[in-house]
Amino acid sequence: MVDTPHPNRSAEAGAPMPRTSRLTALLHRSEALRGYLLMAPTLLIMTLGIAIPFLILVAMSTWTRDGFGFDTTPTINNYLRVWTEPVFGALMTRSFWISGVATVATVILCYPMAYYVAFHVHRRKMLWIILMTLPFWTSYLLRVFAWKVILGYEGVINSGLMSLGFIEQPLEFLLYSQEAVIITLAHAWAAFAILPIYVSLEKIDRSLLEAATDLGDGPVRRFLRVTLPLSMPGVIAASFLIFIPTTGDYITPALLGGPDGAMIGNFIQLQFGPVNNWPMGATLAIVLMFWITAVALAFLFLTRALRERLT
Amino acid sequence: MTSPNAFISIQNVSKFFGTFRAIDDVSMDIGRGEFFSLLGASGCGKTTLLRMLAGFESTSQGEIYIDGQPMSEVPPHHRPVNMVFQSYAIFPHLNVRDNIAYGLRKQKLPKARRDEMVDEMLDLIKLPGYGSRKANELSGGQRQRIALARALILRPKVLLLDEPLGALDKQLREQMQLELRALQRQVGITFVFVTHDQEEALTLSDRIAVMSGGRVLQLDTPAGLYETPKSRAVASFIGNINFFRGTVRRNGGPTGAVEAEGLGVVPVPAEQLARPDGAPVLVAVRPEKFALSASRPADAAHAVAGRLKNAAYLGERSHYYLQIEGRDEPVAVSSQNLGGIGAAAGERGDATFWISWSPDSMVILEAE
Amino acid sequence: MSQGTYIKRHNRALQIYAVVFLIVLYVPVLFIPLFSFNDSVYVRFPLQGFTLQWYGELWTREPVWNALWNSVRVGAVVSVISTMLGVVAARAITRYRMPGKSALVTFIMMPLVIPGIIFGVALLVLMSRLGVPLSLYTVGLGHLIFCLPFAVATLLPRFEGFDPSMEEASMDLGENGWWTFWRVTFPMVFPGVVASLLLTFTISFDEFIMAFFLTGTDPTLPMYIWGQLRFPQEFPSVLALSALILIASFVLVFVAQWIGRVGLDQNKETP
Repeated sequence: MVDTPHPNRSAEAGAPMPRTSRLTALLHRSEALRGYLLMAPTLLIMTLGIAIPFLILVAMSTWTRDGFGFDTTPTINNYLRVWTEPVFGALMTRSFWISGVATVATVILCYPMAYYVAFHVHRRKMLWIILMTLPFWTSYLLRVFAWKVILGYEGVINSGLMSLGFIEQPLEFLLYSQEAVIITLAHAWAAFAILPIYVSLEKIDRSLLEAATDLGDGPVRRFLRVTLPLSMPGVIAASFLIFIPTTGDYITPALLGGPDGAMIGNFIQLQFGPVNNWPMGATLAIVLMFWITAVALAFLFLTRALRERLT
Repeated sequence: MTSPNAFISIQNVSKFFGTFRAIDDVSMDIGRGEFFSLLGASGCGKTTLLRMLAGFESTSQGEIYIDGQPMSEVPPHHRPVNMVFQSYAIFPHLNVRDNIAYGLRKQKLPKARRDEMVDEMLDLIKLPGYGSRKANELSGGQRQRIALARALILRPKVLLLDEPLGALDKQLREQMQLELRALQRQVGITFVFVTHDQEEALTLSDRIAVMSGGRVLQLDTPAGLYETPKSRAVASFIGNINFFRGTVRRNGGPTGAVEAEGLGVVPVPAEQLARPDGAPVLVAVRPEKFALSASRPADAAHAVAGRLKNAAYLGERSHYYLQIEGRDEPVAVSSQNLGGIGAAAGERGDATFWISWSPDSMVILEAE
Repeated sequence: MSQGTYIKRHNRALQIYAVVFLIVLYVPVLFIPLFSFNDSVYVRFPLQGFTLQWYGELWTREPVWNALWNSVRVGAVVSVISTMLGVVAARAITRYRMPGKSALVTFIMMPLVIPGIIFGVALLVLMSRLGVPLSLYTVGLGHLIFCLPFAVATLLPRFEGFDPSMEEASMDLGENGWWTFWRVTFPMVFPGVVASLLLTFTISFDEFIMAFFLTGTDPTLPMYIWGQLRFPQEFPSVLALSALILIASFVLVFVAQWIGRVGLDQNKETP
């Protein structure tokens, strides 16, 4: 910013203006500075709570457990172990598989719902949206717990079917399986799918649909050629918002997974808990973060490519 | 520097947004009690300049003085100016009375005095008894008046108005223009008015600055802008106009002539013609400066014949487009519908007419 | 928009799907209160009869009250701080031109997406390296990081929804930033503030994974429930406690959502 020297005219007519301090003047002139200042406390807390801990986590992943303390000589042994020992790879693959299936199932199941509210609900839309997303805000632990009540050995389904006389013995595959984890995840994360899909459907200009009809498309072709492509950004956002957080889920596999349904989150917890190998836990968290970043970049790339095609 | 009676003085002011020059080295003086308009298409920088006067945008270069005081270090809430926003910005959580009294808090007036002032304002804007209404119970015109009252109650040295009539429908807008002008005379405050509507600017203003691309193209009175535009841009922005390519013809004497395509050689007053012989120029003539007649008028010094290509009937007047020899584009002519020729011309279709004009009505501009 | 247009015509199958969807969404959670009134330690059909015994037991249990008090304290502090910071951050995001703004917003919103377990262990490692003992304060810090993005996301539409010239008008009429905030900005975003307070309180109150890694000797309510899940004989009382928490959360969140959206879609909605 350049200040041109100006003549001293304060001797002229008019009451003198209130003089302001240098700092106030600087703030008055620099809009960005005021913005950063307002965001500073939030950013400070986020830095303290995310960035710094993460750096220490990275540091710790290069350490080695040494009795009750750590050997802080940097080494990549933990990463080598994660890379070479098949158990880690298998666990990571399983986590992504379970999350992937849950994500696809959630998005497919939620799409018609979002479509219904976007196109067929005319009154009390807000109420519908709140109703669809309300369970999401309540305790995740309790929602997962509810599925344990339902799927348990003596749970709602087994005891219900038995007291109705359909089965003699409880179905054992219900609890402690990958399927149980997938069902629970799909149910628990539904709101994350509905909202972005709904928003992208709601944004579609209705005259585009009328134009497609006018140009000879029936309802099915119109959906496939206009509605679905235009709502893809929402679908991708929904997939992203479910897939990423569920890969590191802890509660659901812990309560419903059993040994077959355990995911990477459980393993990380084990390292920080019973196994007490924090450097290994840190390494696993970093590896998970790495894969998440890779997937996130892939999603980002996909969205960008899609946006270019749409516009 | 500035003339001594300049009340607002804008000196070499520039504003950059990144590398974009929103305001490009603008200087102007605005007198005390003047109704001053900033006119231009959207994006020309007029609103940015207004917001710099209000203090919402800082100056990247240059200085703004109001009543002799430099403004660049003065925050908006300490400036002796008040603003009527384009959206009016009536506070929705307050009623009309509290909206108008909003700026009085710091004056720590007794409640009775404050109420009295608000009532005076409600009378001034012809909305007595509206004090307890909520913002969402008001029409566009009422909001506009309340925004005015809210600013005027603080007795600012300058009132800034950012397209305050843009949101109103045509009839209401015309009524509000008259009221605004009357109000300004009544309160005697300097008004700086931003608009993209040239008719509005011509109707209201004492002086107008026509802006484009962050620069002032011309600063003049409404009549000055209309009758003697200084550039093609100003000429075409304000009202309709015909442009003719032309050449300067000097015969050695102090006076000269212009040879314009289709119009022939026309003698031109010397003060309009400070150019050498053979210089290319642009000759601009407003459509209503041409007189239309069925045959060559006997008393006219300059007249040409043209074939009627097109006519548009606009009620009080009609526009005719005549093809004249020596020019590709038809010439636009505006003629009042006094009966007779006007009405007849529209119906006759492919017919020949004469247009005549006075050399005074020709504006000589720089050729491009 | 009229209702009878070709595009919007009635679709019975989709309507049935929507109703079934909502039922499936809610029914699993409803089993919790259902069995909490069942007169049996076993959570299974057939139901044995109605009882309030499990609720009565909760009432007399000291640790439940302690855990509740811990959760309320953490939730209250976290919701107030995150909402205050959220108001300031949302204002900065919507009102100021700043280089690198979108990167900063992404950074703030990260906890919405990244698995909580990563933040949990990262903070745990930080605290242990700094030698800070785990306590309700560490839980609160974890919750703050988790709640801030929700507070910002709740308040952003409020700030976006109101004309920036309102604030400019106030400055123009002579009020400085401080008074402008209290006389114009705050009243106008007030519904968003209430919604943010309620939402962040609920999130903190229900949060498990951060608390799981960062709790010291004072458990929060979800941690208490987690501890009780190991004992099958405690199931009914856990159900009763869960039912109470669920009802409280539902009410809080419903009110928050309602207040948060009222006025935002007013122009578009036909209520």
